[in-house]
Amino acid sequence: MDIPAHLARTLVTDPMAETYRGEVPVVDTLLESNLESVDEAEASALKVAEEIGFDEDDLHQIGMAVRECMVNAVVHGNRYSARKKVHFAVAKAADHLTITIRDEGEGFEYSTLPNPLSEENLLRQSGRGLLLIQAFVDKLEVTRTQAGGTEVKMLKYLGKSN
Amino acid sequence: MSVKLSTRQVGDVTVIDSAGRITLGEGASVFRDTVRDLTAKGDKKILLNLSDVTYIDSSGIGELVSGFTTVTNHGGVLKLLGLNKRVKDLLQITKLYTVFEVFDDEATAVRSF
Repeated sequence: MDIPAHLARTLVTDPMAETYRGEVPVVDTLLESNLESVDEAEASALKVAEEIGFDEDDLHQIGMAVRECMVNAVVHGNRYSARKKVHFAVAKAADHLTITIRDEGEGFEYSTLPNPLSEENLLRQSGRGLLLIQAFVDKLEVTRTQAGGTEVKMLKYLGKSN
Repeated sequence: MSVKLSTRQVGDVTVIDSAGRITLGEGASVFRDTVRDLTAKGDKKILLNLSDVTYIDSSGIGELVSGFTTVTNHGGVLKLLGLNKRVKDLLQITKLYTVFEVFDDEATAVRSF
């Protein structure tokens, strides 16, 4: 996918600042850098999503997006380090859900990631996580934190099928 | 629950019946090992039956691709059978529908080899 040069360090498909008004934080926790945390984060996000009223298809997409993002944080960001945590937060509003996942890794340059949809990369074994996340949520922000890690914010609206 | 695999022969086609979740971790590695063992044995016509697969993540998709590459590099062919809508959607999103031959019916799939 083509990203303008000025967004190379921050992938923003649609700025979310205006959307945060009216959100209520419901989950804000630190998770261990292991695969069990992926299950934990998924369950936590889905519980909130069910309360808001997302349908089965949307719940599946939210679950997948959370899992892909958590795997990125655990595997690529924190590299399974017991000394690093994954910051996991969920906020809800009447018509949407925002999930924030932040690792304590060294960050990455989005513009240098191979495009998983280009012909030469179709048969690569990995590299599709962000693509799937983007397909399943309505807004996505990927930023490098001051500490160097990566923070991903995902927003999904109620009743808007992807 | 991880993935459970079993194999059977339909003529000269090896069918891998899969059930469960193909995700990062045990599910993905079981699948990878099975395909590797079959190609080492010389199986060249492999049909992966995903009818009872309930969930695949991007790592699982990666293992399908890896299996495809392994079989192809050994001069064989790997095809897919019985994808549910969600797995088909994943193949669409990742453009892998252009790589894999996908079937809904086993008899048709077997005849296609």
